[in-house]
Amino acid sequence: MSYRFDFGAVLDRAPELLWASLGTLGLALAGMLLALVIGILGVVARTSKSEIARTPVIVFVEVVRNTPFLVQIFFIYFALPLMGIRLNPTVTAIMALGINGGAYAIEIIRGGVESVSRGQIEAGFALGLHKADVFRLIVLKPALRAIYPSLTSQFIMLTLTTSVCTSIAAYELTSAAQRIESDTFRSFEVYFMVTAIYLVISTMMMGLFALISRHYFNYPTR
Amino acid sequence: MLNSAKDHPPLISLEDVQKWYGAFHALKSISLSVRKGEKIVLCGPSGSGKSTLIRCINALETIEEGTIVVEGQVLDGSTKSIDAIRREVGMVFQSFNLFPHMTVLQNCTLAPMRVRGASRTDAERLARKYLERVRILDQAEKYPAQLSGGQQQRVAIARALCMEPKVMLFDEPTSALDPEMVKEVLDTMIGLARDGMTMICVTHEMGFARQVADRVIFMASGEIIEEAEPEVFFKSPKHERTKTFLGEILAHH
Repeated sequence: MSYRFDFGAVLDRAPELLWASLGTLGLALAGMLLALVIGILGVVARTSKSEIARTPVIVFVEVVRNTPFLVQIFFIYFALPLMGIRLNPTVTAIMALGINGGAYAIEIIRGGVESVSRGQIEAGFALGLHKADVFRLIVLKPALRAIYPSLTSQFIMLTLTTSVCTSIAAYELTSAAQRIESDTFRSFEVYFMVTAIYLVISTMMMGLFALISRHYFNYPTR
Repeated sequence: MLNSAKDHPPLISLEDVQKWYGAFHALKSISLSVRKGEKIVLCGPSGSGKSTLIRCINALETIEEGTIVVEGQVLDGSTKSIDAIRREVGMVFQSFNLFPHMTVLQNCTLAPMRVRGASRTDAERLARKYLERVRILDQAEKYPAQLSGGQQQRVAIARALCMEPKVMLFDEPTSALDPEMVKEVLDTMIGLARDGMTMICVTHEMGFARQVADRVIFMASGEIIEEAEPEVFFKSPKHERTKTFLGEILAHH
Protein backbone atom coordinates (compact mmCIF):
# COMPACT_ATOMS: atom_id res chain seq x y z
CA MET A 1 0.00 0.00 0.00
CA SER A 2 1.58 3.24 -1.12
CA TYR A 3 -1.00 5.56 0.45
CA ARG A 4 0.56 7.84 3.10
CA PHE A 5 -1.78 9.00 5.84
CA ASP A 6 -1.77 12.71 6.46
CA PHE A 7 -4.32 14.13 8.85
CA GLY A 8 -2.68 17.56 8.80
CA ALA A 9 -4.77 18.96 5.98
CA VAL A 10 -7.95 17.75 7.67
CA LEU A 11 -7.00 18.92 11.12
CA ASP A 12 -6.47 22.40 9.66
CA ARG A 13 -10.19 22.33 8.92
CA ALA A 14 -11.15 21.09 12.39
CA PRO A 15 -13.12 24.23 13.32
CA GLU A 16 -15.23 23.78 10.20
CA LEU A 17 -15.94 20.16 11.14
CA LEU A 18 -16.82 21.19 14.66
CA TRP A 19 -19.29 23.84 13.53
CA ALA A 20 -20.80 21.43 11.05
CA SER A 21 -21.16 18.88 13.84
CA LEU A 22 -23.19 21.42 15.77
CA GLY A 23 -25.29 21.84 12.63
CA THR A 24 -25.91 18.09 12.59
CA LEU A 25 -26.77 18.11 16.27
CA GLY A 26 -29.16 21.00 15.77
CA LEU A 27 -30.93 19.35 12.83
CA ALA A 28 -31.18 16.10 14.79
CA LEU A 29 -32.62 17.68 17.94
CA ALA A 30 -35.08 19.87 16.06
CA GLY A 31 -36.07 16.90 13.88
CA MET A 32 -36.64 14.72 16.94
CA LEU A 33 -38.75 17.33 18.66
CA LEU A 34 -40.91 17.69 15.57
CA ALA A 35 -41.08 13.90 15.20
CA LEU A 36 -42.18 13.55 18.82
CA VAL A 37 -44.91 16.16 18.40
CA ILE A 38 -46.11 14.55 15.17
CA GLY A 39 -45.88 11.15 16.83
CA ILE A 40 -48.01 12.08 19.83
CA LEU A 41 -50.60 14.09 17.89
CA GLY A 42 -50.67 11.37 15.25
CA VAL A 43 -51.41 8.72 17.86
CA VAL A 44 -54.24 10.80 19.30
CA ALA A 45 -55.82 10.93 15.85
CA ARG A 46 -54.86 7.34 14.99
CA THR A 47 -56.54 5.93 18.11
CA SER A 48 -59.63 8.11 17.93
CA LYS A 49 -63.07 6.66 17.27
CA SER A 50 -63.58 8.94 14.27
CA GLU A 51 -62.64 7.50 10.92
CA ILE A 52 -62.12 11.02 9.56
CA ALA A 53 -59.33 11.47 12.08
CA ARG A 54 -57.84 7.99 11.67
CA THR A 55 -57.67 7.63 7.89
CA PRO A 56 -55.35 10.55 7.07
CA VAL A 57 -52.90 9.35 9.71
CA ILE A 58 -52.90 5.82 8.33
CA VAL A 59 -52.29 7.17 4.82
CA PHE A 60 -49.56 9.52 6.06
CA VAL A 61 -47.75 6.72 7.89
CA GLU A 62 -47.93 4.36 4.93
CA VAL A 63 -46.78 6.97 2.39
CA VAL A 64 -43.83 8.10 4.49
CA ARG A 65 -42.70 4.64 5.51
CA ASN A 66 -42.87 3.29 1.98
CA THR A 67 -40.94 5.99 0.16
CA PRO A 68 -37.23 6.89 0.37
CA PHE A 69 -36.15 9.70 2.66
CA LEU A 70 -34.07 11.21 -0.15
CA VAL A 71 -37.15 11.52 -2.33
CA GLN A 72 -39.11 13.05 0.55
CA ILE A 73 -36.51 15.73 1.15
CA PHE A 74 -36.23 16.46 -2.60
CA PHE A 75 -39.99 16.71 -2.74
CA ILE A 76 -40.06 19.37 -0.04
CA TYR A 77 -37.04 21.23 -1.40
CA PHE A 78 -37.63 21.10 -5.15
CA ALA A 79 -41.32 20.29 -5.70
CA LEU A 80 -43.04 22.41 -3.07
CA PRO A 81 -41.56 25.73 -4.38
CA LEU A 82 -43.57 25.14 -7.55
CA MET A 83 -46.66 25.34 -5.36
CA GLY A 84 -45.38 28.51 -3.77
CA ILE A 85 -43.86 26.95 -0.65
CA ARG A 86 -40.18 27.89 -0.59
CA LEU A 87 -38.15 26.74 2.42
CA ASN A 88 -34.45 27.19 3.10
CA PRO A 89 -32.26 24.07 3.41
CA THR A 90 -32.23 24.08 7.21
CA VAL A 91 -36.00 24.34 7.54
CA THR A 92 -36.45 21.78 4.77
CA ALA A 93 -34.10 19.37 6.51
CA ILE A 94 -35.90 19.74 9.87
CA MET A 95 -39.28 19.32 8.19
CA ALA A 96 -38.18 16.21 6.31
CA LEU A 97 -36.53 14.66 9.36
CA GLY A 98 -39.52 15.48 11.56
CA ILE A 99 -42.07 14.16 9.09
CA ASN A 100 -40.12 11.00 8.39
CA GLY A 101 -39.31 10.36 12.05
CA GLY A 102 -42.86 11.30 13.02
CA ALA A 103 -44.38 8.60 10.83
CA TYR A 104 -42.25 5.95 12.51
CA ALA A 105 -42.87 7.52 15.92
CA ILE A 106 -46.64 7.26 15.42
CA GLU A 107 -46.44 3.51 14.99
CA ILE A 108 -44.02 3.09 17.90
CA ILE A 109 -45.97 5.29 20.32
CA ARG A 110 -49.24 3.64 19.30
CA GLY A 111 -47.81 0.36 20.53
CA GLY A 112 -47.06 2.03 23.85
CA VAL A 113 -50.54 3.52 24.16
CA GLU A 114 -52.09 0.12 23.44
CA SER A 115 -49.94 -1.43 26.15
CA VAL A 116 -51.61 0.74 28.81
CA SER A 117 -54.36 -1.32 30.38
CA ARG A 118 -58.00 -0.45 29.79
CA GLY A 119 -58.40 -0.31 33.57
CA GLN A 120 -56.13 2.74 33.80
CA ILE A 121 -58.31 4.62 31.35
CA GLU A 122 -61.50 3.52 33.09
CA ALA A 123 -60.14 4.63 36.45
CA GLY A 124 -59.53 8.06 34.94
CA PHE A 125 -63.05 8.23 33.51
CA ALA A 126 -64.58 6.99 36.77
CA LEU A 127 -62.84 9.86 38.56
CA GLY A 128 -64.56 12.25 36.18
CA LEU A 129 -61.58 13.14 33.99
CA HIS A 130 -62.19 13.90 30.35
CA LYS A 131 -60.62 12.04 27.45
CA ALA A 132 -57.88 14.60 26.79
CA ASP A 133 -56.80 14.62 30.44
CA VAL A 134 -56.90 10.84 30.60
CA PHE A 135 -54.55 10.65 27.61
CA ARG A 136 -52.23 13.44 28.70
CA LEU A 137 -52.05 12.71 32.43
CA ILE A 138 -52.65 8.98 32.72
CA VAL A 139 -51.81 7.21 29.47
CA LEU A 140 -48.94 9.15 27.92
CA LYS A 141 -46.14 8.69 30.41
CA PRO A 142 -46.48 4.93 30.96
CA ALA A 143 -46.99 4.55 27.19
CA LEU A 144 -43.76 6.42 26.40
CA ARG A 145 -41.93 4.44 29.03
CA ALA A 146 -43.06 1.15 27.51
CA ILE A 147 -41.65 1.99 24.08
CA TYR A 148 -38.77 4.25 25.11
CA PRO A 149 -36.00 1.91 23.82
CA SER A 150 -37.63 1.62 20.36
CA LEU A 151 -38.35 5.32 20.19
CA THR A 152 -34.81 6.34 21.10
CA SER A 153 -33.23 3.91 18.65
CA GLN A 154 -35.51 5.43 16.01
CA PHE A 155 -34.19 8.83 17.08
CA ILE A 156 -30.59 7.64 16.71
CA MET A 157 -31.56 6.60 13.18
CA LEU A 158 -32.97 10.07 12.64
CA THR A 159 -29.71 11.60 13.86
CA LEU A 160 -27.69 9.57 11.36
CA THR A 161 -30.19 10.33 8.59
CA THR A 162 -29.24 14.01 8.87
CA SER A 163 -26.30 13.05 6.63
CA VAL A 164 -28.75 12.63 3.73
CA CYS A 165 -29.56 16.34 4.13
CA THR A 166 -26.25 17.00 2.41
CA SER A 167 -28.22 16.44 -0.79
CA ILE A 168 -29.90 19.83 -0.40
CA ALA A 169 -26.72 21.43 0.95
CA ALA A 170 -28.04 21.78 4.49
CA TYR A 171 -25.46 22.90 6.99
CA GLU A 172 -24.32 19.66 8.59
CA LEU A 173 -21.35 17.34 8.97
CA THR A 174 -21.46 15.27 5.80
CA SER A 175 -21.65 18.27 3.51
CA ALA A 176 -18.70 19.84 5.32
CA ALA A 177 -16.85 16.55 4.83
CA GLN A 178 -17.57 16.59 1.12
CA ARG A 179 -16.32 20.16 0.87
CA ILE A 180 -13.08 19.41 2.72
CA GLU A 181 -12.55 16.24 0.70
CA SER A 182 -12.86 18.05 -2.61
CA ASP A 183 -10.43 20.72 -1.40
CA THR A 184 -7.82 18.36 0.06
CA PHE A 185 -8.37 15.03 -1.75
CA ARG A 186 -7.82 13.38 1.64
CA SER A 187 -10.83 11.05 1.37
CA PHE A 188 -9.70 8.48 3.92
CA GLU A 189 -8.71 11.01 6.56
CA VAL A 190 -11.85 13.09 6.11
CA TYR A 191 -14.31 10.19 6.30
CA PHE A 192 -12.37 8.52 9.08
CA MET A 193 -12.74 11.70 11.15
CA VAL A 194 -16.37 12.13 10.20
CA THR A 195 -17.16 8.51 11.09
CA ALA A 196 -15.61 9.06 14.51
CA ILE A 197 -17.59 12.28 15.00
CA TYR A 198 -20.89 10.56 14.12
CA LEU A 199 -20.04 7.84 16.61
CA VAL A 200 -19.43 10.47 19.29
CA ILE A 201 -22.68 12.25 18.46
CA SER A 202 -24.69 9.01 18.63
CA THR A 203 -23.07 8.06 21.91
CA MET A 204 -23.80 11.47 23.37
CA MET A 205 -27.38 11.15 22.18
CA MET A 206 -27.76 7.81 23.93
CA GLY A 207 -26.35 9.35 27.07
CA LEU A 208 -28.87 12.16 26.82
CA PHE A 209 -31.72 9.66 26.35
CA ALA A 210 -30.59 7.72 29.40
CA LEU A 211 -30.50 10.93 31.42
CA ILE A 212 -33.98 11.93 30.32
CA SER A 213 -35.25 8.45 31.15
CA ARG A 214 -33.76 8.58 34.64
CA HIS A 215 -35.53 11.84 35.39
CA TYR A 216 -38.80 11.41 33.56
CA PHE A 217 -39.41 7.70 34.22
CA ASN A 218 -38.25 7.74 37.82
CA TYR A 219 -41.10 5.64 39.20
CA PRO A 220 -40.79 1.93 40.01
CA THR A 221 -42.79 -0.67 38.13
CA ARG A 222 -43.64 -4.07 39.47
CA MET B 1 -83.49 2.72 60.18
CA LEU B 2 -84.98 1.25 57.08
CA ASN B 3 -88.18 3.20 57.64
CA SER B 4 -86.50 6.57 57.93
CA ALA B 5 -84.52 5.79 54.77
CA LYS B 6 -87.75 5.22 52.93
CA ASP B 7 -88.77 8.83 53.38
CA HIS B 8 -86.05 9.99 51.02
CA PRO B 9 -86.21 9.68 47.24
CA PRO B 10 -83.80 7.07 45.89
CA LEU B 11 -80.23 8.17 45.31
CA ILE B 12 -79.91 5.77 42.42
CA SER B 13 -82.69 4.31 40.42
CA LEU B 14 -82.53 1.96 37.48
CA GLU B 15 -85.65 1.22 35.54
CA ASP B 16 -86.02 -1.55 33.03
CA VAL B 17 -82.36 -1.38 31.99
CA GLN B 18 -81.37 -3.52 29.02
CA LYS B 19 -77.90 -4.11 27.72
CA TRP B 20 -76.58 -6.22 24.88
CA TYR B 21 -73.07 -7.10 23.80
CA GLY B 22 -73.87 -7.87 20.20
CA ALA B 23 -76.31 -10.77 20.40
CA PHE B 24 -75.55 -11.44 24.07
CA HIS B 25 -78.22 -10.06 26.37
CA ALA B 26 -76.07 -8.94 29.31
CA LEU B 27 -78.67 -7.12 31.40
CA LYS B 28 -82.32 -8.11 31.20
CA SER B 29 -84.82 -5.58 32.39
CA ILE B 30 -83.00 -4.55 35.53
CA SER B 31 -84.89 -2.34 37.97
CA LEU B 32 -83.28 -1.31 41.19
CA SER B 33 -83.44 1.61 43.53
CA VAL B 34 -80.91 2.48 46.16
CA ARG B 35 -81.63 4.94 48.95
CA LYS B 36 -79.16 7.21 50.63
CA GLY B 37 -77.07 5.32 53.12
CA GLU B 38 -78.09 1.90 51.84
CA LYS B 39 -75.51 -0.83 51.41
CA ILE B 40 -76.21 -3.29 48.65
CA VAL B 41 -74.25 -6.44 48.01
CA LEU B 42 -74.52 -7.84 44.49
CA CYS B 43 -73.55 -11.45 44.03
CA GLY B 44 -73.95 -14.17 41.48
CA PRO B 45 -71.94 -16.50 39.27
CA SER B 46 -69.36 -15.00 36.92
CA GLY B 47 -70.90 -13.67 33.74
CA SER B 48 -74.17 -12.96 35.53
CA GLY B 49 -73.95 -9.24 34.73
CA LYS B 50 -73.26 -7.88 38.21
CA SER B 51 -70.10 -5.99 37.22
CA THR B 52 -71.76 -4.79 34.04
CA LEU B 53 -74.65 -3.49 36.12
CA ILE B 54 -72.54 -1.27 38.36
CA ARG B 55 -70.40 -0.14 35.42
CA CYS B 56 -73.55 1.15 33.75
CA ILE B 57 -74.29 3.36 36.74
CA ASN B 58 -71.20 5.52 36.14
CA ALA B 59 -71.41 5.19 32.37
CA LEU B 60 -68.34 3.01 31.86
CA GLU B 61 -70.82 0.92 29.89
CA THR B 62 -73.66 2.21 27.79
CA ILE B 63 -77.16 0.83 28.00
CA GLU B 64 -79.52 0.14 25.13
CA GLU B 65 -82.80 0.67 26.93
CA GLY B 66 -84.17 1.86 30.22
CA THR B 67 -83.30 4.76 32.48
CA ILE B 68 -80.66 5.37 35.09
CA VAL B 69 -81.05 8.29 37.49
CA VAL B 70 -78.42 9.29 40.03
CA GLU B 71 -79.19 12.11 42.45
CA GLY B 72 -81.92 13.39 40.18
CA GLN B 73 -79.61 13.42 37.18
CA VAL B 74 -80.85 11.30 34.29
CA LEU B 75 -78.02 9.51 32.53
CA ASP B 76 -78.84 10.32 28.92
CA GLY B 77 -75.44 9.75 27.36
CA SER B 78 -74.63 13.46 27.13
CA THR B 79 -71.23 14.61 28.39
CA LYS B 80 -73.01 16.87 30.84
CA SER B 81 -75.00 14.06 32.44
CA ILE B 82 -72.01 11.70 32.49
CA ASP B 83 -69.85 14.38 34.14
CA ALA B 84 -72.50 15.16 36.72
CA ILE B 85 -72.97 11.51 37.62
CA ARG B 86 -69.28 10.65 37.76
CA ARG B 87 -68.78 13.52 40.18
CA GLU B 88 -71.16 11.84 42.61
CA VAL B 89 -70.12 8.24 42.07
CA GLY B 90 -66.80 6.78 43.17
CA MET B 91 -65.55 3.43 41.95
CA VAL B 92 -63.09 0.86 43.19
CA PHE B 93 -61.88 -1.79 40.76
CA GLN B 94 -60.80 -5.37 41.16
CA SER B 95 -57.33 -4.57 39.80
CA PHE B 96 -56.90 -1.33 41.82
CA ASN B 97 -55.94 0.68 38.72
CA LEU B 98 -53.72 3.11 40.58
CA PHE B 99 -51.66 5.29 38.25
CA PRO B 100 -48.15 3.78 38.40
CA HIS B 101 -46.32 7.00 37.53
CA MET B 102 -47.85 9.01 40.34
CA THR B 103 -47.21 8.80 44.06
CA VAL B 104 -50.02 7.77 46.37
CA LEU B 105 -50.63 11.43 47.15
CA GLN B 106 -50.64 12.43 43.46
CA ASN B 107 -53.08 9.61 42.70
CA CYS B 108 -55.41 11.16 45.25
CA THR B 109 -55.03 14.81 44.26
CA LEU B 110 -55.30 14.39 40.47
CA ALA B 111 -59.08 14.32 40.14
CA PRO B 112 -59.92 16.91 42.80
CA MET B 113 -57.52 19.32 41.06
CA ARG B 114 -58.47 18.55 37.46
CA VAL B 115 -62.18 17.87 37.89
CA ARG B 116 -63.21 19.94 40.88
CA GLY B 117 -60.65 22.67 40.30
CA ALA B 118 -59.28 22.40 43.84
CA SER B 119 -55.98 24.10 44.65
CA ARG B 120 -53.00 21.86 45.33
CA THR B 121 -53.09 22.80 49.02
CA ASP B 122 -56.76 21.91 49.38
CA ALA B 123 -56.42 18.74 47.33
CA GLU B 124 -53.48 17.57 49.44
CA ARG B 125 -55.31 18.34 52.67
CA LEU B 126 -58.25 16.29 51.43
CA ALA B 127 -55.98 13.48 50.27
CA ARG B 128 -54.23 13.31 53.62
CA LYS B 129 -57.56 13.19 55.40
CA TYR B 130 -58.76 10.19 53.39
CA LEU B 131 -55.40 8.45 53.38
CA GLU B 132 -55.49 8.75 57.15
CA ARG B 133 -58.97 7.28 57.14
CA VAL B 134 -57.84 4.19 55.22
CA ARG B 135 -54.80 4.12 57.53
CA ILE B 136 -52.13 4.50 54.88
CA LEU B 137 -51.03 8.10 55.24
CA ASP B 138 -47.49 6.98 56.07
CA GLN B 139 -47.13 5.71 52.48
CA ALA B 140 -48.24 8.95 50.83
CA GLU B 141 -44.94 9.61 49.05
CA LYS B 142 -44.53 6.06 47.73
CA TYR B 143 -45.40 4.78 44.28
CA PRO B 144 -48.10 2.11 43.81
CA ALA B 145 -45.58 -0.56 42.82
CA GLN B 146 -43.95 -0.19 46.24
CA LEU B 147 -47.15 -1.17 48.04
CA SER B 148 -48.82 -4.52 48.68
CA GLY B 149 -52.10 -5.34 46.97
CA GLY B 150 -54.11 -4.60 50.09
CA GLN B 151 -52.40 -1.26 50.53
CA GLN B 152 -52.96 -0.41 46.88
CA GLN B 153 -56.65 -1.18 47.16
CA ARG B 154 -56.94 1.01 50.27
CA VAL B 155 -55.26 3.84 48.35
CA ALA B 156 -57.74 3.27 45.53
CA ILE B 157 -60.57 3.64 48.05
CA ALA B 158 -59.02 6.87 49.38
CA ARG B 159 -58.56 8.15 45.83
CA ALA B 160 -62.25 7.65 45.11
CA LEU B 161 -63.24 9.24 48.43
CA CYS B 162 -61.21 12.35 47.61
CA MET B 163 -63.92 13.26 45.10
CA GLU B 164 -66.35 13.16 48.05
CA PRO B 165 -68.83 10.97 46.21
CA LYS B 166 -72.34 10.28 47.42
CA VAL B 167 -72.15 6.64 46.31
CA MET B 168 -69.30 4.17 46.14
CA LEU B 169 -69.29 1.28 43.69
CA PHE B 170 -67.04 -1.67 44.47
CA ASP B 171 -66.30 -4.10 41.65
CA GLU B 172 -64.97 -7.25 43.31
CA PRO B 173 -62.52 -5.22 45.39
CA THR B 174 -60.93 -8.22 47.12
CA SER B 175 -60.88 -10.77 44.29
CA ALA B 176 -57.36 -9.93 43.15
CA LEU B 177 -55.91 -9.94 46.65
CA ASP B 178 -53.90 -12.56 48.47
CA PRO B 179 -56.04 -14.03 51.26
CA GLU B 180 -54.10 -12.34 54.06
CA MET B 181 -54.86 -8.91 52.59
CA VAL B 182 -58.58 -9.34 52.13
CA LYS B 183 -59.36 -8.41 55.72
CA GLU B 184 -57.66 -5.00 55.69
CA VAL B 185 -59.67 -3.98 52.64
CA LEU B 186 -62.94 -5.36 54.01
CA ASP B 187 -62.33 -3.60 57.33
CA THR B 188 -61.88 -0.34 55.44
CA MET B 189 -65.14 -0.95 53.60
CA ILE B 190 -66.94 -1.82 56.83
CA GLY B 191 -65.68 1.43 58.34
CA LEU B 192 -66.99 3.31 55.36
CA ALA B 193 -70.35 1.60 55.67
CA ARG B 194 -70.56 2.47 59.39
CA ASP B 195 -69.96 6.11 58.49
CA GLY B 196 -73.10 6.03 56.40
CA MET B 197 -71.71 5.84 52.86
CA THR B 198 -74.10 4.56 50.24
CA MET B 199 -72.45 1.51 48.71
CA ILE B 200 -73.04 -1.03 45.99
CA CYS B 201 -70.57 -3.88 46.26
CA VAL B 202 -70.06 -6.69 43.83
CA THR B 203 -68.40 -9.29 46.02
CA HIS B 204 -68.39 -12.91 47.03
CA GLU B 205 -67.44 -12.04 50.61
CA MET B 206 -70.55 -13.34 52.28
CA GLY B 207 -69.25 -12.46 55.74
CA PHE B 208 -69.10 -8.85 54.63
CA ALA B 209 -72.60 -9.12 53.18
CA ARG B 210 -73.95 -10.48 56.48
CA GLN B 211 -72.23 -7.78 58.45
CA VAL B 212 -73.04 -4.61 56.50
CA ALA B 213 -75.56 -5.21 53.73
CA ASP B 214 -79.06 -3.84 53.97
CA ARG B 215 -79.99 -5.94 50.97
CA VAL B 216 -78.28 -8.77 49.13
CA ILE B 217 -79.13 -9.08 45.47
CA PHE B 218 -78.52 -12.28 43.57
CA MET B 219 -78.07 -12.08 39.81
CA ALA B 220 -77.81 -14.80 37.21
CA SER B 221 -77.84 -14.65 33.40
CA GLY B 222 -78.29 -10.88 33.41
CA GLU B 223 -81.34 -10.90 35.66
CA ILE B 224 -82.02 -10.06 39.26
CA ILE B 225 -83.23 -13.41 40.57
CA GLU B 226 -83.71 -12.60 44.20
CA GLU B 227 -83.17 -9.83 46.68
CA ALA B 228 -83.58 -9.83 50.43
CA GLU B 229 -82.14 -8.69 53.70
CA PRO B 230 -79.04 -10.75 54.50
CA GLU B 231 -80.80 -12.65 57.34
CA VAL B 232 -83.49 -13.87 54.99
CA PHE B 233 -81.22 -14.22 51.99
CA PHE B 234 -78.82 -16.61 53.67
CA LYS B 235 -81.31 -18.48 55.85
CA SER B 236 -84.14 -19.05 53.45
CA PRO B 237 -83.35 -18.29 49.82
CA LYS B 238 -86.40 -18.81 47.64
CA HIS B 239 -85.00 -19.69 44.26
CA GLU B 240 -83.25 -22.88 43.28
CA ARG B 241 -80.41 -20.98 41.58
CA THR B 242 -79.78 -18.92 44.68
CA LYS B 243 -79.65 -22.07 46.79
CA THR B 244 -77.19 -23.71 44.42
CA PHE B 245 -75.02 -20.60 44.31
CA LEU B 246 -74.99 -20.20 48.08
CA GLY B 247 -74.22 -23.88 48.48
CA GLU B 248 -71.17 -23.53 46.22
CA ILE B 249 -69.94 -20.27 47.68
CA LEU B 250 -70.39 -21.17 51.33
CA ALA B 251 -68.76 -24.56 50.84
CA HIS B 252 -65.54 -22.70 50.09
CA HIS B 253 -65.65 -20.50 53.16
